Amino acid sequence: MNALSRFFARLEGPQTLGRGPGFWIGFLIVLAGACAYPLFSDGYTVGNTVYFFTWIFMALGLSLIWGYGGALSFGQTAFFGIAGYAYGILTINFGAAYGFTFVALLFAVAIAALFAALLGYFLFFGRISGVFLGIVTLSVTLVLERFMAQTAGPEWKIGAARLNGFNGMSNMPPLTVPWPGGDIVLFPDVQLYYVVLGMLVLVYLGLRILVNSPFGNVLVAIRENPERAEMLGYDIRKYQLGTFVIGAALAGLSGVLYTSWGQYITPSSMGMTAAALPIVWVAVGGRSDLTTTLVGTITVLAVFQALTIHGSQYALVVMGVMLVLTVLLAPRGLIYALARLLARPFSKRASNGQPGDA
Amino acid sequence: MPMLQTIGLNKRFGGLHVTNNVDLTLQAGEVHCLIGPNGAGKSTLFRLILGEHLPSSGAILFGGEDITSLKPFQRIRRGMSVKFQVPGIFKALSVRQNLEIAMQHHYPPAALGEEIDKLLAFLNLTADAKRLAGNLSHGQKQWLEIGMAVSLKPRLLLLDEPTAGMSPEETHATGEMVKRLNAQGMTVLAVEHDMAFVRQVAQQVTVLHLGKVFAQGSIDEIVANEDVAAIYLGQTTAHETAHEPAGGPHA
Repeated sequence: MNALSRFFARLEGPQTLGRGPGFWIGFLIVLAGACAYPLFSDGYTVGNTVYFFTWIFMALGLSLIWGYGGALSFGQTAFFGIAGYAYGILTINFGAAYGFTFVALLFAVAIAALFAALLGYFLFFGRISGVFLGIVTLSVTLVLERFMAQTAGPEWKIGAARLNGFNGMSNMPPLTVPWPGGDIVLFPDVQLYYVVLGMLVLVYLGLRILVNSPFGNVLVAIRENPERAEMLGYDIRKYQLGTFVIGAALAGLSGVLYTSWGQYITPSSMGMTAAALPIVWVAVGGRSDLTTTLVGTITVLAVFQALTIHGSQYALVVMGVMLVLTVLLAPRGLIYALARLLARPFSKRASNGQPGDA
Repeated sequence: MPMLQTIGLNKRFGGLHVTNNVDLTLQAGEVHCLIGPNGAGKSTLFRLILGEHLPSSGAILFGGEDITSLKPFQRIRRGMSVKFQVPGIFKALSVRQNLEIAMQHHYPPAALGEEIDKLLAFLNLTADAKRLAGNLSHGQKQWLEIGMAVSLKPRLLLLDEPTAGMSPEETHATGEMVKRLNAQGMTVLAVEHDMAFVRQVAQQVTVLHLGKVFAQGSIDEIVANEDVAAIYLGQTTAHETAHEPAGGPHA
């Protein structure tokens, strides 16, 4: 019991909005609802819901880098794409037997993280910050898109895996759980739903622990005042790099799950539109909190999905309008503003504003 | 062995010779004030000591160790700490969290809460612990940052205009705080314009003028020095050619 309460104490802290028994009861109710959801739906719809879930990891990673760390990475899709392609190349070459798809998942995420470590080293140890960080990361993802788009020729192959240029790779095996009496292939259906939901809960809780740890303290300190943080004896470059790599790994996880879900990955997943969308989800939700990012991402994706029925170009315009409205009306995020509004009657110290709103 | 020693320190920004062959020695346990007119190079000297600027030539010794090429955070870890001129606090975070960030690696987790409470009481900020640091009064912000700097338990505390914008009462209280810290064995180097504060705390005073050490001695010697009075009153024949870089002090 003591260990359990200590565990719960680590999930809460100044860096996360939701706390107290009320929040966790609500959390369990939502989780129970999410677990029960497939019972009231069909496999196809549940499979489409997984599609929403796959993006959330990238959004949470961006929340960590941008919302908590204050560094706007415009190129999370680069890591998404790298991991997606890596998963495809690995599984097309080595197959899905003996649970190799999960090994491929780990390798693909690790490759994306390694790439981020390399890029991040030059960015943060070169003291690049602010808008330049956004420009460099965006450039990287656009260069990768261009590069992958010109790999149509037969010479562009790694082992048995053709890169296929603009059309992208396809027909890689989905994630497959080795099981006595027949492997379980996780097609977009109820089983994949539970696997991804489980990952989501683990990542969400893990990130809560991270941001409320001493590491998270230093992270928000760097966002607030990097010079002061350094003058307290912190090597801020290492903290920024660590955060960048974790965020990239999460984007990579999104990439692998997306690739496995649809059994394809194309260069456009690293393009301009794809790169901008995570910014919209995270900004609209409320980047400086994990929960509002999560809720915001699901909300925006649902709205986007609903609008796409009427034409995907309009949906993108609405995304842009949403971003502009957020920046103008609720710079800390719509869901974030809503959460604070709901919490206000329960707050004992309503006099405290939020300096540094921007 | 001196606590801090700069040997022939030079810093040029293009054609500007902002720090000109400065030899400064701080003995362990003293409160040393750095004064001088605007553009004298005080802030630049501070930044050189902290490692935010690297000197064009010369060396900096800290406790006998050559730290000339160390990064700022490495110098902090060797026992330096600084309070900036403009309060360098984490505005969107609570007062308590500000101190927690400063102290979390200096105390075991079990003792951290209690140590923060003690420091809050020392700073007279107990009632404000949950407020956002950005909502404090200017004087309270200054104190919070001094608290953060002190919480690292430094051997050498660097204060850049610690009383800027404070009322005379707050200035006096800050002076008493510095004396108390010094009585506990902390060496202090302060840039300060407020002569009342300098008189209150300083054991040694160095006057910088045009990037050079102009005079050095006890506070009484400096006050009695007519040349020092002259440069403050602008009667010196030398024109101020050395200007502070952006972010320099303003009287």
